Amino acid sequence: MFTKGTKRKFSDPGEEPASSGDPGPAAPSAAARTLSSSYSLQRQSLLDMSLIKLQLCHMLVEPNLCRSVLIANTVRQIQEEMTQDGTWHIMTQALAAAQCPADRLVATEVLCRQTDAAAQAGQSPKPFSVVGLQEGYHSEEVVMEGDVETEVTMSSLSPLSPQLSSASYLTGPFEVGPCWEEEDEEEEEGDCEENEEEDSEGCLSDGEERDQDHLNADSRTGEKVFGTFEIKHPASPPDPALEELFSDVDPSYYDLDTVLTGTPKMGPYDLLESLSSHGPTALSSSSSCRSDLNELDHIMEIIVGS
Amino acid sequence: IEQGLCFAADIISTVEFNYSGELLATGDKGGRVVIFQHEQESKNRPHLRGEYNVYSTFQSHEPEFDYLKSLEIEEKINKIRWLPQQNAAHFLLSTNDKTIKLWKISERDKRAEGYNLKDEDGRLRDPFRITSLRVPVLMPMDLMVEASPRRIFANAHTYHINSISVNSDHETYLSADDLRINLWHLEITDRSFNIVDIKPANMEELTEVITAAECHPHQCNVFVYSSSKGTIRLCDMRAAALCDRHSKFFEEPEDPSSRSFFSEIISSISDVKFSHSGRYMMTRDYLSVKVWDLNMENRPVETYQVHEYLRSKLCSLYENDCIFDKFECCWNGSDSAIMTGSYNNFFRMFDRNTRRDITLEASRESSKPRATLKPRKVSTGGKRKKDEISVDSLDFNKKILHTAWHPKENVIAVAATNNLYIFQDKIN
Repeated sequence: MFTKGTKRKFSDPGEEPASSGDPGPAAPSAAARTLSSSYSLQRQSLLDMSLIKLQLCHMLVEPNLCRSVLIANTVRQIQEEMTQDGTWHIMTQALAAAQCPADRLVATEVLCRQTDAAAQAGQSPKPFSVVGLQEGYHSEEVVMEGDVETEVTMSSLSPLSPQLSSASYLTGPFEVGPCWEEEDEEEEEGDCEENEEEDSEGCLSDGEERDQDHLNADSRTGEKVFGTFEIKHPASPPDPALEELFSDVDPSYYDLDTVLTGTPKMGPYDLLESLSSHGPTALSSSSSCRSDLNELDHIMEIIVGS
Repeated sequence: IEQGLCFAADIISTVEFNYSGELLATGDKGGRVVIFQHEQESKNRPHLRGEYNVYSTFQSHEPEFDYLKSLEIEEKINKIRWLPQQNAAHFLLSTNDKTIKLWKISERDKRAEGYNLKDEDGRLRDPFRITSLRVPVLMPMDLMVEASPRRIFANAHTYHINSISVNSDHETYLSADDLRINLWHLEITDRSFNIVDIKPANMEELTEVITAAECHPHQCNVFVYSSSKGTIRLCDMRAAALCDRHSKFFEEPEDPSSRSFFSEIISSISDVKFSHSGRYMMTRDYLSVKVWDLNMENRPVETYQVHEYLRSKLCSLYENDCIFDKFECCWNGSDSAIMTGSYNNFFRMFDRNTRRDITLEASRESSKPRATLKPRKVSTGGKRKKDEISVDSLDFNKKILHTAWHPKENVIAVAATNNLYIFQDKIN
């Protein structure tokens, strides 16, 4: 089912350090079980997959709440584990530092609708209630706020500032606030359960700020907030740890089409595939990083349907 | 098991026998209800004994559009539940995501002829031409089965209705959506009582939803509901108006050695059914069926593996969404056997006494008259025996989610996507 050598994951993380035939680089010798490359890759892929699923919850019919809740719980679990490993920090750091947003699976703040009022409320994101803060957990986060201009702030968090929980980058999908809020008419008004802040991964260079304005504008006016935080595989990651993490990925590992007979279930993946030439099968492949934010805008426009 | 029948339809979304087993109702994705009737045994045509034929077809629900949210409301029938029969007519409840309807199905085999004011073809007669009075006479006519909506229970559910269940008092019923359960009176459509509400004040904190609910078959104050976290709560309506606090809480402790990121998802209960006796209940999660004794909350008394070979495929099944498939389960009339569906058009039956189990396939070949269903086997090891099918060859698009067992006889109905199969035991 999965490519050679890749041990069956998730079911027993405790086995990982001892796994042989691991195609990845030698696992950090003294590292905890979860830092095994193969396991981390699998976990990352599961995270990516889950976030896609949460994003694409919007079809003509109301999304299945049970499914959304289960997926969101899975994402939380992964996040918790990655937080304990410290790999969460690595990932968010890499994303903040990376320059190019493109081509990849957009995680986060799910495409579900967000009311304009909430989007412009400019309130700070609520602390992520379920995950909470881990002791000694730092991260950097890019927070976009305001409705007029783009204020991009980088905040370095300490456990003492729960307001800007770095975990809040994922507050969107976890709350799946907009998605679920959709269903509750009486709570639409004035209920800022959605993540008002539009977190952005770090496209912070000046030249791209304009684009981010556009990004922000689109999300404000549009009904859907396209995820601005991307989990991706940077072409030249500055962080050696991250590089190690992703260095040895076999793309066919993700070709889950081959696993089951019959056509894979279409719909969400179709959409994603049609939007970008990289379907879910290219989750972590080291495809060249297209640095144009215009691509992202184009994708957004398609999704927003403008 | 021999003698199968196969009917083709739209994608079938629910199957249910009535209390006597004489009628079998199916609901489909297009909002239609098709009712089959068990033909009476006839000396002249003995081969027709026990056949089910179409009795009535009607459109129960239509697609709607929620203008407020700009979303379609599907007309797919999620559940059908029969009411116990009290007179010549039959009543059933059918529901889509938002609206429950009470339908009356009645037969008409007589027609009045000889009206005074109308011609036989219905045209009004000229009153000046009427010179005498006559009494209309009832004449036999071809049997006509009519379905008419008697009650419409709407606007009580914000989320998608997943269950309806008729109470043993025959006057009330409950309907459950993802977060709430309402109690209705069959006569009253403009009001319902909310008896369970698990919606958190802050939707960010939502981590669990209601997946199924059912009334106890004998105790009209008791009902259960299952959750996406693999728990079942039994509630007593006498205890409080709002049954947020359960009377009993059923949960099997997790096996730490098999924990994975998918543990919660596969523990989510897709169906819960009381036994006919009312002493037990059965739950279906992704990989297994569990039988619980209502007096023991900490673990089930029996666990049956439906398709354990899928445990190593969970990641793929998550990717293609199959892991979210909601399989149903059912008891036979005597509670000695249980049945549930699987993939590749397989369905499984477990004998609780002998602990034997069997895998059967619903297919055109198997449903030819007088064909005997052959047991199937999925090979899990390296070597595949002849006639076995390997896990990787299973067709995950062919899933049997809905099955029903006749309340008295060994007759089963199996819905395989858009085909309905009816199998019976023939004892000749």
